[in-house]
Amino acid sequence: MKRFLNASAILIAAGSLTLRLATGAHRGWTKTSVAVEKTDEVTGLTYTEYEKRFVAGVEILAAGLAVASALGVASCFFGRRPAKPANATIH
Amino acid sequence: MTLTPTPLALLLCTSLALTAAAGQQSFDFKDPKGVNNAAFRLDAPLEAISGTANGVSGTITYDPENPASLHGKIVIAAASLHVPNPMMKEHLHGEQWMDSKKHPEITFESTKVSNVKTAGNETTADVTGKFTLRGVTKEITVPVKLTYLKDKLGARSNGQMQGDLLVVRSKFTIKRSDYGINPGAPADNVADEIELTLSLAGAALKS
Repeated sequence: MKRFLNASAILIAAGSLTLRLATGAHRGWTKTSVAVEKTDEVTGLTYTEYEKRFVAGVEILAAGLAVASALGVASCFFGRRPAKPANATIH
Repeated sequence: MTLTPTPLALLLCTSLALTAAAGQQSFDFKDPKGVNNAAFRLDAPLEAISGTANGVSGTITYDPENPASLHGKIVIAAASLHVPNPMMKEHLHGEQWMDSKKHPEITFESTKVSNVKTAGNETTADVTGKFTLRGVTKEITVPVKLTYLKDKLGARSNGQMQGDLLVVRSKFTIKRSDYGINPGAPADNVADEIELTLSLAGAALKS
């Protein structure tokens, strides 16, 4: 159980970090569309078009690291060897 | 002595009125290309809240020979407001913020034009009008830059239509507290000032 929790914590932390880096390491909130600035040739007006694209924000990284930390802490409570009694003798 | 209008005087008055109005054109700002837009920006922690609205319509009557006679109304569909974060967008259209279902239109209707300066086909002016947002109407004065593009509609419509274009640019700031936009949100979390940038082009068809 301890190993499973530790492995899950590492996977989740690495996954959220990788997702954030892979989608552009955006410093703001998560986006599901990205603004693309364009210019109308005749009028010279600039306008924005939105491309559907997922960009992971800092809250995804924060949530991933929080879950990973919680799993890491939880793993400390599993698999502990019971303390040997003080008067135990070795035969 | 009483003055009685003679047919000649009436004809003269009518022709003078027609001459005065001849230069006036009505520009339609409904834009199927989706170029016309209003961009907004509010400072906020981590990242500014910025987005656009492209549901623009309305008409402006403009005379390139007499820019001060400009008058008209621009309407922006509140439902077309867009921000890239889906949760933020939901909040933006919600009751606390824009309440888009209850107040579907954002409008500006001009009442006065002042400080008009023209150079070539470009005119700058201060336009005073009634600005309605979230059901609250206030009189505001905004700086406007107008560019009159004669016979340029054909270039924009691949020759399908002929006519003139009127480009309107304006950048101004309003306070969200003036319009009851989420008054519960403290200004140190989300700025009270909303920066608005209008980029619009209207078309006047020639028959």
